[in-house]
Amino acid sequence: MAGTKKLRIQDLAKIREKTRSLMAIRESEGRARVTVHMGTCGIAAGAREIMDTLLNEISKANVPDVIVTTSGCAGLCNAEPMMTVELKNQPPVKYGHLTPAKLQKIFVQHILGGQMVADLVLAVGSETMY
Amino acid sequence: MKQYRAHLLVCAGTGCVSCGSFKIKEALEKEIKARGLADEVQVVATGCNGFCERGPIVMVQPDGIFYQLLTVEDVPHLVEEHLLKGRPVKKLMYVPPAEKQPVPKMKDIEFFKHQRLIVLRNRGRIDPEKIEEYIAFDGYEAMAKALTGMKPQEIIDEILFSGLRGRGGAGFPTGKKWAACAKEKAAPKYLICNGDEGDPGAFMDRSVLEADPHAVLEGMVIGAKALGASKGFIYIRHEYPLALKRMQIALDQARETGLLGTDILGSGFDFDLEIVQGAGAFVSGEESALIASVEGRIAMPRQRPPYPAQKGLWGKPTVINNVETWATVPNIIRRGADWFQGLGTETSKGTKIFALVGKISNTGLVEVPMGITLREIVYGIGGGIPDKRDFKAIQIGGPSGGCLPAKLLDLPVDYESLTAAGAMMGSGGMIVMDDKTCMVDVAKYFLNFLQDESCGKCVSCREGTQRMYEIVKGITEGKGQESDLALLEELAQTTKDASMCGLGQTAGNPILTTLRYFRHEYEAHILDKRCPAGVCKALIRYVVLAEKCTGCQSCKKACPNDCIKGTLKDVHLIDQSKCIKCGACKEACRFEAIEEQREEAIQVI
Repeated sequence: MAGTKKLRIQDLAKIREKTRSLMAIRESEGRARVTVHMGTCGIAAGAREIMDTLLNEISKANVPDVIVTTSGCAGLCNAEPMMTVELKNQPPVKYGHLTPAKLQKIFVQHILGGQMVADLVLAVGSETMY
Repeated sequence: MKQYRAHLLVCAGTGCVSCGSFKIKEALEKEIKARGLADEVQVVATGCNGFCERGPIVMVQPDGIFYQLLTVEDVPHLVEEHLLKGRPVKKLMYVPPAEKQPVPKMKDIEFFKHQRLIVLRNRGRIDPEKIEEYIAFDGYEAMAKALTGMKPQEIIDEILFSGLRGRGGAGFPTGKKWAACAKEKAAPKYLICNGDEGDPGAFMDRSVLEADPHAVLEGMVIGAKALGASKGFIYIRHEYPLALKRMQIALDQARETGLLGTDILGSGFDFDLEIVQGAGAFVSGEESALIASVEGRIAMPRQRPPYPAQKGLWGKPTVINNVETWATVPNIIRRGADWFQGLGTETSKGTKIFALVGKISNTGLVEVPMGITLREIVYGIGGGIPDKRDFKAIQIGGPSGGCLPAKLLDLPVDYESLTAAGAMMGSGGMIVMDDKTCMVDVAKYFLNFLQDESCGKCVSCREGTQRMYEIVKGITEGKGQESDLALLEELAQTTKDASMCGLGQTAGNPILTTLRYFRHEYEAHILDKRCPAGVCKALIRYVVLAEKCTGCQSCKKACPNDCIKGTLKDVHLIDQSKCIKCGACKEACRFEAIEEQREEAIQVI
């Protein structure tokens, strides 16, 4: 707890907002879900650096309701590092050949702005599953 | 607190802790650090998740993946696969009985799917030792509303209108109790939280105290405002060290931040709480006995009226409510009595927590809406009886409750239906029994418990429970007589009629319900000297079936009392005079050559 200040009613709302946003991911809901592909191929191609940059961007922009997860190889190893961006009610979008600079662009334009970065997109939608 | 990409919610309720969940937490933290993920992944200890059967439990968010039965050895693999490579680990997931495919997400697991959480809404979600996590999920909002925006009478009316009834056992309307106390002129007034949970197999209150101590605290401050009380006591038995610790932390944090003590939230209202440790007597759960215990006297009930609401702690008006009742209060104030009214049945509103134990696949803690049927609890949430055995009875309401048979499985769970069937809501213990359970033996167990826990003040209870125990014990030993059943019924009724407190008044229930629904089992014990379930040792014997015995000597080695004779490759023999009927030989035999005989009458010497 920050200090030993005696709380007032308006303080409760502040604590609620601040803590709630940090705990948002415990409820599995958020504005966007970003998956960094971290199979062996992804890690070898630099997925860790992408992950670090992404987490850094999220905390700089203070948008804690962006959910970051990892997943295995997406099957297109030569396009690694890759990531998938899913906005609410929209098909997943895959990006490949990522660098921190490209990621920053996607973060601002797509994750925050809702416009996919067309020239970096690998594919839209998912594979058909049986 | 900072931003993490994943939270690992480690269950740290007593059940999981005793299975080593703190060791799992340590191992996770160590492994996460070693993998360089310490800035990305946070490990949180939460209160009881509820699915105790499967502990230790870890939930991974935001994926909602449920891992179970973890060992320290599983941790490196789990961290590497799930957190580093993003591949959830199938072999650590829950697989429903009779199925092969694991269910990865907690919300898809049958056990969780049918529950409705109000009191346990924060279980497995917040760290109970951090007040800001409680505040994050609307904690203390109801208290703020009550302290600044509501008059005492409005709070009482809200509780009255909500239809909330005491969750400790008898189901007295909470609003009525509060109104009776508010009427009293004497001052000061006191509040007590009854956390003296004594029913064998019950752990509802403990789990609430462990998972969400601030909810209890908040409920009590709201109650204090309604009744004008300035001091309260939380009575927790000393067998609950984790609950005691977390409650103490909650009190300290609340006091430090001005949510308890003087001038709460700057509203000018003063109220403070103190923890009292109980020594663990069952009768302390009775309100007048508990008050005596808080006062430092021996926990013995006294005659009522005057009720505690009129003359309670140190002779002053006192409201005493159970843990679950207090924890329900903030939810009603925050969301409104109308919302609470809409849940449950005509006479029983809201939800109830049950500790589901015994012969059930999914042992654990469940919160369900009132009016749900026993069948939905046992077969839906509970996953049925393990080992493909048959359901025989469900014991509800602890030693004061009763055993209900299979034909009552469609009974709705509400105060009136359970009482009419001879059981009671009680504080929420549910013990499931299969066909290998002897109902006479069960009655004997509860009577032994009650005669031990009777405080001895009323002759009817002190002597009645003891005599009933002796008679039932005799029946299980093959010494029963035909006249015993009528005598038992008379004793049970007398104990019920002539005892002062709830313990004595309900002490006859185990006998009366087992006699009502399982009379044939008593008759088998008395008339045929036979225990149909094969439990009562004096009425069974183990014999070697000569045609199946291979003379392997495993039974001989397993016997703790050296009463099996036989040389290698020859048929063995059990010396009945020395046999203690432990059944170890039957378990050890690979050829099913040892039989437990109970069908024909066995001569009792």
